[in-house]
Amino acid sequence: MKGDETHKRFSVARETRASTITLILAVPAIIVLFALPAFASRVLLQELFYVFTMLSLAQLWNLLAGSAGLISVGQQAFVGVGAYALFAFAVIAGLDAVLSIVLSGALAGLVAIPAALIVFRLRGAYFAIGTWVVAEVCRLVLAQVKQLGGGTGTSLPPDVASSIVGLDFVRNFFAVRGPAARDMMVYWLALLLALGTFALVYRLLRSRHGLALSALGDSETAAESTGVDVFRTKFLIYVLTAVATGMVGALIFLQKARISPDAAFSLIDWTAYVIFIVVIGGIGSMEGPIIGVAIFYLLQYYLAALGSWYLMLLGGLAIVLMLFAPSGIWGVISHSLGISLFPVRRRLVTITGSGPEHGGKG
Amino acid sequence: MAMLETHDLTAFYGDFQALFGITFAIDEGETVAIIGANGAGKSTFLKAVAGLLPRPAAAVRFDARDIGALPAYDIVKLGIALVPEGRRLFSSLSVEENLLVGAYGRRIEGPWDLPAVYRLFPALRERRNTPSTALSGGQQQMVAIGRSLMSNPRVLLCDELSLGLAPIIIRDIYAALADIKRRGTSVVLVEQDLLHAMSVADRAYCFQEGRVSLTGRPQDLSREAVHAAYFGL
Amino acid sequence: MLGWIDTLLQGILLGGLYSLYATGLSVIFGIMRLVNLAHGDLIVLGAFLILAATSAGVPLIVACAVVVPLMFALGYALQAVLLNRALGRNILPPLLITFGLSIIVQNGLLETFSADTRRLDIGHLQSASLPLGGGIAIGVMPLIGLGAAIAVILLLNALFYRTAVGRAFRATSDDVEIAQLMGINNRSIYALTMGISLAVCALAAFFLGTRANFDPSIGPARLLYAFEAVIIGGLGSLWGTLAGGIVVGLAQTIGAHIDPEWQLLSGHIAFLIVLVIRPRGLFPRAVD
Repeated sequence: MKGDETHKRFSVARETRASTITLILAVPAIIVLFALPAFASRVLLQELFYVFTMLSLAQLWNLLAGSAGLISVGQQAFVGVGAYALFAFAVIAGLDAVLSIVLSGALAGLVAIPAALIVFRLRGAYFAIGTWVVAEVCRLVLAQVKQLGGGTGTSLPPDVASSIVGLDFVRNFFAVRGPAARDMMVYWLALLLALGTFALVYRLLRSRHGLALSALGDSETAAESTGVDVFRTKFLIYVLTAVATGMVGALIFLQKARISPDAAFSLIDWTAYVIFIVVIGGIGSMEGPIIGVAIFYLLQYYLAALGSWYLMLLGGLAIVLMLFAPSGIWGVISHSLGISLFPVRRRLVTITGSGPEHGGKG
Repeated sequence: MAMLETHDLTAFYGDFQALFGITFAIDEGETVAIIGANGAGKSTFLKAVAGLLPRPAAAVRFDARDIGALPAYDIVKLGIALVPEGRRLFSSLSVEENLLVGAYGRRIEGPWDLPAVYRLFPALRERRNTPSTALSGGQQQMVAIGRSLMSNPRVLLCDELSLGLAPIIIRDIYAALADIKRRGTSVVLVEQDLLHAMSVADRAYCFQEGRVSLTGRPQDLSREAVHAAYFGL
Repeated sequence: MLGWIDTLLQGILLGGLYSLYATGLSVIFGIMRLVNLAHGDLIVLGAFLILAATSAGVPLIVACAVVVPLMFALGYALQAVLLNRALGRNILPPLLITFGLSIIVQNGLLETFSADTRRLDIGHLQSASLPLGGGIAIGVMPLIGLGAAIAVILLLNALFYRTAVGRAFRATSDDVEIAQLMGINNRSIYALTMGISLAVCALAAFFLGTRANFDPSIGPARLLYAFEAVIIGGLGSLWGTLAGGIVVGLAQTIGAHIDPEWQLLSGHIAFLIVLVIRPRGLFPRAVD
């Protein structure tokens, strides 16, 4: 009876067969994406720019909500702060664009620190609205700054827009004019940011912070009782996400070359669409946002012309999803097929005399 | 056919199975005790009967009718009331309001109304407007029992009445229980306090890890048999 | 000096309106622990429904008297058909469902009524004011609005504290599982609660529409004011919500007095300050 089981040994495994295949396929795919500007049209690069930046925002929101249980409807605060910081650094301080992006992320992170200390006093749905209030405060404050255009906004001067390091090299190498070279540069930056965000989220979830996060997701009290510093973990995730979000925001508005408080802090563009992407793809998984952004892009491409009806459709879809498929499309797929492409869960593997047996939920 | 019976009742908390097919019966006017160690499934059983846990439709029968598919708020209207473990009084309601809310689901005529409950537990009358959280453990237990009585139940399911109470208070509670029995209410008593439970019960069941390990009349059950059934030896 | 007294009075009266916005939100959170992100948009919906009735020739007061029970029914249906399915410990589904609803209502109103700003016409009462001496006057409609806010709270408190169904509401709020053991159908209670919330929204819509111009996009801002009022006042207390509304109203009018562009910002900052120094609000009651 009980005696046999003591002879089993256990180990912890993460990789699945599907995940190994994915890793192998991902490498050539990424190489192709990097090489794309050499033969792709400007329109394609611009569309992919949009896809990469939305994917980054979605991965970050997913990290907050799906893993840390911090449901924010105020991430537009950091998009906007990052964007305005870029304009401030590039226009007022005359810094190089890429450097400005990094500094803008840092500034967004700095703003996130007091914001977190305040909104963490709220829980659940009230936390969500609290983040919205923070975003509104940022919007209203920046709308007062006349040097950055005040309430109506401002544009990026052309010489600033062209001050991206390496732009001249690209222009000469590919024999294209300024604006086309700019498209290539921001495309690469967006691709880098998307990959970087992906790597950041993946590493975080697989680290001990990630383990702490899953415990948090299951039960904060239980997590605390095993020594997980709940506050510190949530705080860290919130600020890190803000930094990354700020960088993405800076890049987005570098590309647009024009900013206004309403655009930079738009609830629809930087929260509603992002949440929709995560929800339809599958919250809490890394595969979800990838599927979500693909579906969202298609919906946007074909239906955005419908205006209000398009938005109502998105709202309706979100409701239907929450009621009937709360873990999104990837949730449905992975449940029925039992696969995981970017495994972040650890599984208990028992090793008996005849070799490893897999046990436990994946 | 018994008044209230269960056939092969199973219950789950998520993936965890707590009950593995309980067969149980209680007749009109009977007092039945359910004893067992912590985690044996006694509270789970009462919750399942009362409708707080999902169960198979035919697993619970009352007056020869399948009631397994009914929600808890309909079960109490049939005449099955649960006095929950740990009292669970409504914290923002006063003593009297707690009692009155117990009558919300009353559909049966019977002897229990506010004055009758105050006669049963005179200590509560003086404290009728006190917030329920300001009472002692024993008084809270009285409110919990009174609250369930207000629906005029035919079966009263009592979950660990004596938990955390001083012996002298337990004695008062059981004296009140005798009064309740005298009025014709059937009682199912889940207790860890073996002595009290067995002394008032007509029949007893022993639960062990989600199954019935022993059943019979208290006087017919030897101490050794109970001991073995309790601990699963 | 007189300017400041006037500012304070205006702030209190504005607080009455914000309290009307907030009471519906306070009730559903107190009983269901639900936050309705579409709350502000539903107030705007109420205003447009009243407008549609008056456009069809119905007198304004009658229109209001019809829309209030209509919105009650809408709230009941919303909860019974949609939100009751999303009950559970996970806060994401109801949050996202009401978020989706918010977008649907806003855009639906946009398609139906266009983005033009509208007003509910109350004739001469619009600009009627009560002189208080010393050159200060307060508007009659804002005063009635404050009175309505107080009346609603008195009515709801009477419901919750003096009736059997009110006890059922409070029991459900305390412990929904045990409330079911008392014969209380929690789904019905939730539906009634949402109905009450939207009925109060309809009343708020009347005062919103008669006081200022409205258009389909102003919903989210109302939600934020309502939310701030509830948090500042403290969860679980309707009088607290009134106090919270007045704090937000005062903060906004004082801010506007200093610089008109600072009106909204002042309200938000007051909220953040209260959140830092008194996180449970000024008059918390609920033990959550």
